[in-house]
Amino acid sequence: MSAPPVLRLEGITKRFGALTANDDITLELRQGELLALLGENGAGKTTLMNILFGHYTADSGRVIAFGRELPPGKPRAAIEAGIGMVHQHFALAANLTVLENVIAGTRPLGALGLGSAAAREKLTALSAKFGLAVHPDARVGDLSVGERQRVEILKSLYRDAKVLILDEPTAVLTHQEAEQLYHTLRGMAEHGLSIIFISHKLHEVLAAADRVTVLRGGKVVAERRASETTKDELAELMVGRRVARPRRESQAPGAIALKAARVDVGTALKAIDFEVRAGETLGIIGVSGNGQHTLVRLVSGLERPSAGSLELYGAPAQRPTPRGFVAAGIGRIPEDRHADGAVGEMAVWENAVLERVREPRFSAAGLVRRAAGRAFAREVIERFDVRGGSEDSPIRLLSGGNMQKLILGRNLAESPRILIAAQPTRGLDEGAVAAVHGEILAARRAGTAVLLISEDLDEILALADRVQAIVKGRLSPPIPIEKADPRRLGLMMAGSWEDAA
Amino acid sequence: MIRFERRTHVPFSLRLAAPIAAVFVALAFAGILIAIAGAPVLEAYRRMLIGAFGSRLAITETLTRTAPLILTGLAAAVAFRARLWNIGAEGQFLVGALAAAALGSQHGLHLPPVLLIPALMLAGAVAGALLLLGPLALRLRFGVDEVVTTLLLNFVALLFVSMMIEGALKDPLAFGWPQSVPVVADAMLPKLVARSRLHIGLLVAIGLAVVIALVQARTVFGMESRAAGLNPAAARFAGVSLTCVLVKVACISGGLAGLAGAIEVLGVKAYVTTDLSPGFGYTGIVVAMLAALNPIGVVFAALFVATMFVGADSMSRALGVPSFIADVIVALSLLAMLVALSLANYRIRR
Amino acid sequence: MMDVLDIFASAGLWAAVLRIATPLIFGTLGALISERAGVLNLGIEGIMTFGAMIGWMTVYHGGDLWLGLAVAALSGAVFGLLHAALTVPLGLSQHVTGLGITLFASSLSYFIFRLAVPVSGSPPTIVPFQVIKIPVLSDLPFLGEAVFSQTAPTYLAIALALVIAYALARTPLGLAVRIVGENPHAAEAQGINPIRVRIGAVVFGSALMAMGGAFLTLAAFNSFFPTMVQGRGWVCIALVVFASWRPERALGGALLFALFDAYQLRLQHVVGKAIPYQLFLMIPYIMSILALLVMARRARVPQALMQPFRRGER
Repeated sequence: MSAPPVLRLEGITKRFGALTANDDITLELRQGELLALLGENGAGKTTLMNILFGHYTADSGRVIAFGRELPPGKPRAAIEAGIGMVHQHFALAANLTVLENVIAGTRPLGALGLGSAAAREKLTALSAKFGLAVHPDARVGDLSVGERQRVEILKSLYRDAKVLILDEPTAVLTHQEAEQLYHTLRGMAEHGLSIIFISHKLHEVLAAADRVTVLRGGKVVAERRASETTKDELAELMVGRRVARPRRESQAPGAIALKAARVDVGTALKAIDFEVRAGETLGIIGVSGNGQHTLVRLVSGLERPSAGSLELYGAPAQRPTPRGFVAAGIGRIPEDRHADGAVGEMAVWENAVLERVREPRFSAAGLVRRAAGRAFAREVIERFDVRGGSEDSPIRLLSGGNMQKLILGRNLAESPRILIAAQPTRGLDEGAVAAVHGEILAARRAGTAVLLISEDLDEILALADRVQAIVKGRLSPPIPIEKADPRRLGLMMAGSWEDAA
Repeated sequence: MIRFERRTHVPFSLRLAAPIAAVFVALAFAGILIAIAGAPVLEAYRRMLIGAFGSRLAITETLTRTAPLILTGLAAAVAFRARLWNIGAEGQFLVGALAAAALGSQHGLHLPPVLLIPALMLAGAVAGALLLLGPLALRLRFGVDEVVTTLLLNFVALLFVSMMIEGALKDPLAFGWPQSVPVVADAMLPKLVARSRLHIGLLVAIGLAVVIALVQARTVFGMESRAAGLNPAAARFAGVSLTCVLVKVACISGGLAGLAGAIEVLGVKAYVTTDLSPGFGYTGIVVAMLAALNPIGVVFAALFVATMFVGADSMSRALGVPSFIADVIVALSLLAMLVALSLANYRIRR
Repeated sequence: MMDVLDIFASAGLWAAVLRIATPLIFGTLGALISERAGVLNLGIEGIMTFGAMIGWMTVYHGGDLWLGLAVAALSGAVFGLLHAALTVPLGLSQHVTGLGITLFASSLSYFIFRLAVPVSGSPPTIVPFQVIKIPVLSDLPFLGEAVFSQTAPTYLAIALALVIAYALARTPLGLAVRIVGENPHAAEAQGINPIRVRIGAVVFGSALMAMGGAFLTLAAFNSFFPTMVQGRGWVCIALVVFASWRPERALGGALLFALFDAYQLRLQHVVGKAIPYQLFLMIPYIMSILALLVMARRARVPQALMQPFRRGER
């Protein structure tokens, strides 16, 4: 006879327009248990957790915590019932201190004081108990990503959470930091806390969880004990079919296409060196926030070196500008397709030609050649299988994968000599990932020099010929992919590439 | 369960219905005020219509009032579309008027009329544009929000005009009234309708609305400035120079407001006083919003606003309702339009 | 030349500084609270105008001066509620909505005033707030006249600045306002309702703005006339930036600004007609632009200012 569950979700259904994000989901969590919620992007994991925590209201179904039903749509009720949530995009105010972030909302709004002294004491005690060291008076904006995650966890513990939900907690951590986190979580479970963590990384799920619930297309498709399943089984359950990611074939690289020699950009990049040859893929791996953003801007023509030189095809890049780079045969896939890659309210065709609109084929005497632009967009749509809209619909109507295919297509349709691919598959489902990888490999086969900047180990291992790690604005020396494995890459991403060598 | 869902496409009929609904909501609310003022509401609105369109004189007066509103409305529409918050059209209008008056007087330019009028219009536009380039430079160089700077410059511009018409440009023949030396007869815009105040400035304004609509829809500049307004980061990534776009937009926007001032002087008043503009600059913002920033829509929105103002004056004389009711209606229709626009983007699902 | 500096030695100047600063303190505090919660309120100019009108009207029709101030605050709260309703749950453009509120509130003020008070040669007047001499302190030489002989609302404004500074820094409510203005999602995750906090901040802030306007008709002058606010609202918006969104600095900024204003008024008399008076009148506006310029890059802007909050969207 087992104890009653601490948390039970019952028949949760949530629709967004035509999309059913959660379809009659039922789920239980027991005390002291580590449950992994496994699923692809778009499987409905985050939606489910947002319903549990009261950020969303479910269309039907109920949430029962410690035997009591929670009122829908009230985060405060969830908090008071002892549920804490650690968001993937940390819900922290950067300009406030750690203590302020932790105690906000914990006392009645009419109170005359913050009770900081007692709060500080409690926070310090919790830090010590669970090994979550962080200074209470530090400004959150000054903390590292790992420290911010500790603050997130401490926020819940401070409120005496007995159930902790973590949304993709390792997305921003190195391999080693992730292991440390799972160690901490295990310790919490032993103290009697119950934990759900959301992930799409199979090895983590297997290593850290007691039990795994697999979500696909908004439904629970399977439940397994972690000790009784395998990576292959979980992968198939998660994707629903066997999707083979395309494989890289070895080929001899050509001449150097893009080269950076001791390039500084402000304080964001320091003395970086790399070279990419025609028909070769150089992978740059790193934990988010280590200078990738500036690196992408540099090789996209948005940022100039403040020292050192950037060379294109053996000659220094003259006055780098986005349009200059496009004209020089550089295709660019931005990190964030919504923020940088597309103007949501503009039509698909306008987005397809915007970066080339001043070229004679798309405009004459200042007037846009709309027919040519539409024809180009139709060509991209057809060749790269972009679905969900015509050339005239606003691009925001496209799904993430289709928008990415359009962005990829507008670059690859012109057979670029260099392709900059920054986080090309972030947030895409498995089918779209396979399609994007296929196109990048095809470009490489055709002799394009590919610079792949990614946080995804599997992606780097699948696509890159050589790999360099980016840490705090510096680049490690390259290693051939044959010598790369998760442990070694993890060490490189943590900055100790001498140890890793 | 009722829920709101974002529309994938807002049909044209709905886009047309939004301002009409907004206007009716505004008129309904203003009706309450008219009732409180003790006047019969429907009679008041009937008299407003008669006041604006009931006679040849009324129609020409309304259209005379429409011309500067089209231009200040376009000034706001062009700027807002590129997310340049130019709230300084009032000041740009005044300096534009002052420039035209200064150069159009007997002490100013000496050119044949066929050149003089365009030159004075250009002078007004340049003055207006310069007044906006200042705040834009502060934004681009120092990150100063242009909303407050353009607002504050309205007061500076008004004081500057006041200083000039009491000083260097003072008309010695105006019996001590602070007003500028009138422009020469050759500088005055030809009349559109004889024995009325209606001048060709109206055609200039409508023509510019059409030109701007074409520029926005068909040119590289139009496409780039739209992208810059909708998503600056993506526009930058695609190689659009935001600085370049904003400078051009500021020149057009400030220029249009300055031109409105010049046209008001050259077409109607012949001289500048500090009360030359009954809020044309601020009202331009309402006009632009009622038109949902569409240049052709601006023409109709300006006509509506002018109707309110001209009609309210006449209704006020007849029924004793303060003519400020027109300002109230115009302000209310702006707020109602904002709500209508956001509702038009959603549909109700059950 | 001596005259130009002598102005600083007159207690009258400093008394005027406090008087001129009072509406700015109210307005700046109001704008500041609203912005700390993440909402820009450009309705300020109109709300001040309406406060000036309705406060005066209340007293003109026999109400007590304090009642006038209270009615003004209430009217400000109503306009604030309108601004908040449009910008917070509906998420409409804060810029355009605020300007709409300003146009609406000012035109409504003029309409009501014209309706209630028919046109006449000189505007009707009321008996305004009288100077309260604080016992003992007001007998101090110089300081007594300069600082401790003000009307009650001036003392109230200064006290409010200090109270608000304390509340923002040291109370749960103040922390809630700050966290909503920095990151509403963080607030929501802590069980704070960002929508409610924002609406509350805008409503309260707008009430303060209207009190600032009412000070003009109930203490600084004794009558209402259109355009009397004269851009003071916009100056307040600039002062918030200058104060880097901190109440104690807002107090200092308003006083500094008022010092320039009081000084230029006196300087006009000293200098006489040699320099056009309009140049002096421009000083406050130019000063505001300079204040923005100085602080633009340095100020710590609330991170979520002007970002609408929608549940679940991030």
